Amino acid sequence: MSLWSRVSNSFHANRLQRELDEEIESHIAEAIEHGRDPAEARRAFGSLLRTREQSRDAKILIWLESLASDAVYGIRQLRKNRVASVAAILSLALAVGACTSAFRLIDAMLLRPLPIADANSFYVLTYTVVEDGKSITNDSFDYPQFRQLRDAVSSEADLLAISYGAQNGLTYGSDYEIEKINRQFVSGTTLGLFGLKPSAGRLLTASDDLKPGAHPYAVISYDYWKRRFGRDPKAIGRTFRLGAESYQIVGVLPEGFTGTETGTMTDVFMPTMANSRAIGNEHWAWFRTWVKLKPGVSPDRVREKLAAVSGAIRTERVKNWPPGTPPDRIQSYINMPLTLESAASGVSGPKREYKRSLGILGVIVALVLLISCANVANLMLAQAAARAREMALRVSIGAGRFRLIQMLVVESAMLAVAATLAGGLFAWWSAPLVVSMINPPDNPVRLVLPADWRVLGFSGALAIGVTLLFGLVPALRASAVKPISALRGGEDPHSRRRLMNGLVAAQVAFCFLVHFVAGLFVATFDRLSHQPVGFSTKGLIAIQTVIQGGAALPRWEAVRQRLSDAKGVEAASMCGFPLMSGNAWSEDVWVNGRPPDASTAPYFLSVSPRWLETMQIGLIDGQDFRSEDSYPKVAMVNEAFVRRYFDGSSPIGKSLETQSRKKRNRLEIVGYVRDARYRDLREPVRPTVYVPINWTEANFAGTEEQKLDWATFMVRLSRPDEPGSIERLRDTIRVEPGFRAANINTQEELVRQHTIRERLLATLSLFFAIVALILASVGLYGVLTYSVLQRRREIGIRMALGAPAAEVARRVTAEVFSMLLLGAVAGIAAGAFSERYLEKLLYGVRGTDVTMLALPVATIFAAAALAAIPPVIHAVRIDPASMLRTD
Amino acid sequence: MPKADSLQGSLNLLVLKLLSRRPDLHGYAIMTGIQEISEDVLRVEEGSLYPALHRMEESGWVRAKWITKDTGRRARIYQITTAGQEQLEAEESRWVAVTGAVNRVLRMA
Repeated sequence: MSLWSRVSNSFHANRLQRELDEEIESHIAEAIEHGRDPAEARRAFGSLLRTREQSRDAKILIWLESLASDAVYGIRQLRKNRVASVAAILSLALAVGACTSAFRLIDAMLLRPLPIADANSFYVLTYTVVEDGKSITNDSFDYPQFRQLRDAVSSEADLLAISYGAQNGLTYGSDYEIEKINRQFVSGTTLGLFGLKPSAGRLLTASDDLKPGAHPYAVISYDYWKRRFGRDPKAIGRTFRLGAESYQIVGVLPEGFTGTETGTMTDVFMPTMANSRAIGNEHWAWFRTWVKLKPGVSPDRVREKLAAVSGAIRTERVKNWPPGTPPDRIQSYINMPLTLESAASGVSGPKREYKRSLGILGVIVALVLLISCANVANLMLAQAAARAREMALRVSIGAGRFRLIQMLVVESAMLAVAATLAGGLFAWWSAPLVVSMINPPDNPVRLVLPADWRVLGFSGALAIGVTLLFGLVPALRASAVKPISALRGGEDPHSRRRLMNGLVAAQVAFCFLVHFVAGLFVATFDRLSHQPVGFSTKGLIAIQTVIQGGAALPRWEAVRQRLSDAKGVEAASMCGFPLMSGNAWSEDVWVNGRPPDASTAPYFLSVSPRWLETMQIGLIDGQDFRSEDSYPKVAMVNEAFVRRYFDGSSPIGKSLETQSRKKRNRLEIVGYVRDARYRDLREPVRPTVYVPINWTEANFAGTEEQKLDWATFMVRLSRPDEPGSIERLRDTIRVEPGFRAANINTQEELVRQHTIRERLLATLSLFFAIVALILASVGLYGVLTYSVLQRRREIGIRMALGAPAAEVARRVTAEVFSMLLLGAVAGIAAGAFSERYLEKLLYGVRGTDVTMLALPVATIFAAAALAAIPPVIHAVRIDPASMLRTD
Repeated sequence: MPKADSLQGSLNLLVLKLLSRRPDLHGYAIMTGIQEISEDVLRVEEGSLYPALHRMEESGWVRAKWITKDTGRRARIYQITTAGQEQLEAEESRWVAVTGAVNRVLRMA
């Protein structure tokens, strides 16, 4: 019957029924008129009337009612197999929760559009630089260049300078009450173009961003307003000090806008002109250039125009470069390709850094979900086998196939919904936990993780998807039952087992892949964290210290002396910034008249006398700096430097030259020291030059000023775990007027921050590898148990005929173990394929290493063997006599 | 054509016969009519009369229409159709044949 005639019939039937009802009423009225008792007249219709009355209402709800009865029946089924159901729900919940959690992270970090107007029309300008033979995407610009770019495309696009988020100490009132906040400098037009409306006060406008240092205004985020001021309207008009300047809070941003950097929440926004020293400086690249296209303008046109202007600016700039710069370096600088990247979901360092990692974690949890689904599908298949007779009975008393599928899918959906709810709780707890694991010292990643329609939608889709994944195939198979053959005892008992075996193979393949990836990540983390750094981190504290307006070196020396004399301090010295803190200073050097290296310029670090001793970096030859040594007269170099420039022979007494503002400085090498890691754990140790912190000439910022306004004290404590020792150091620094500790970290933390991503990947992938292994083992156990149960008669006969136990065990497990092999082979193939994608995240391991491939195989086979033991024991213990008697 | 068992067959026969004599009867009248003519021997249940009427309507043997009676109540009245006449004749002759045969058996045995 066609669908249409079904539909029209059902309407037709409704009309007929209404007529019949009216006719019956008229009949009863007639009967009463003829003197019959009304109740009796009505009763005469008996069952006919009753069923009519019921079915009239039920007709509309008949489907819902069948659903409800399926649900009730489903609950009864789930409760009947209580252990299996709980196991299914829990394993699914874990997988679904992990997926939801991964989705929340990926969504918050990578997908969710910024809460600004027309987010899709915003782009950020990036360019590619080649460093050490690797191309690196960069997006930092200097203001003079920005100004020219902005004016060049003003008719096609609005260009915005939006600085990197940075942590700053800020004070209201007393200088000692330093609060750490995140701040961003933004072009005056930014907040307007973002379409933001103030929650209080006003926002920054173009007129707040005209002259360097002339607009001491700031707006704060809603989050900061709530946190710091409890939404007090009187916060508007408060002034705070940041650096040497004072700023007035003029307004509060709308709720939900926390800056443009995904992973960081910006508290304070200031006009770009507030960063007054940087405005005219073409060597200071400190912000990203955002592009908002005007309507109807193609991004390509704007990009080409910007590339042309940028090329012209660079051509002009290389004219000021020192003579002797290699020409290929000049060429690659001029021809740097520009690209427009979509900025709809924000731009940030963490976002770039974690994009691939989150993607891989997403894939891992999806694999775990598939393993879990395969498990539940196997469970359902086994149950379906046990229920084949029930199904056959249902079919023979007239149940349609669709009705049976509905019944089974409802059962699956109940499992899925229960699992999704439990998984939601898991995700609620785990997503923030994972975010909190991304915590570089003092600057932990902060993400907004709302549970909104996006997350709910994803969970819903996941529940449906999961239901179909594990529920539909068993339902289709179970409902396709032919009553005769099922009641007779099943037609092809092997077909179901074949499907189950296929699922096992898939599980093993996925499990292998998860283990393979986890193995690579764990090995990477292990190798990176055992990478020698060249100095001892034990008890070493780095205190980044500032003084407003700067101080001459003798005053710094006095602070150092105080620290050195403090209780529990083994050694104290000074340097520009701590090693491994992420800061870097590199410069071209000329040695023996050789031109600078095109690829890598050596790192530089200014250090005080006895810094080597504090860090416990060995001196190979020569001597440490003395207090009268100054820059740029003497230097110490490391082993890598000596290897590169002096072929490994002692450099003492030789010299190197640096360029500062068109003048060559000649530095005599007085010390030859051991290699120490400067910035990165992954790259080989770079040639490094240590120079005295005592500057006689130009300083870092390029002025003649000899006052130092910030430096780092390195302090080694004998008992760093002693409570209060850090606070004592802070107080010691404060004794000298004006000095204050801006940032205190243990050197351990500074080193560890370089392995945060690796630790995260290793921890999470290892966790999921264990989950995957447990799930796959349970699946294997289930399938073997089922197969033993199904073949117990055959086994009984074989044993009665004298088959030894080993033979029985082999027969029972052969099929499944061949599936295991198949799965492992597929897994290895997938692993080899995925390795290319993982490569960038790995260190010191390769996916083609035999151990990396063998380890997961061995683990999975061991787990499989363990899972196979109980069913095999069960099989060989089958008593032929009683087995054959029972049937 | 639905298979007519003996009971249903005889109900159809009675209804069709009644309608061929007295057109435009409603269900209650058909019920009481059969009861009166058979002098209370044959009693038609409401529960079987209406399904039978609707089956016959579906088979095209009777026609139904709604009328409004003097009392203002609506009633559904039935008429026999030409197909119903033919069906009546067929069933009547079969009934005569069957009852004749049964009577002969009763007499001769």
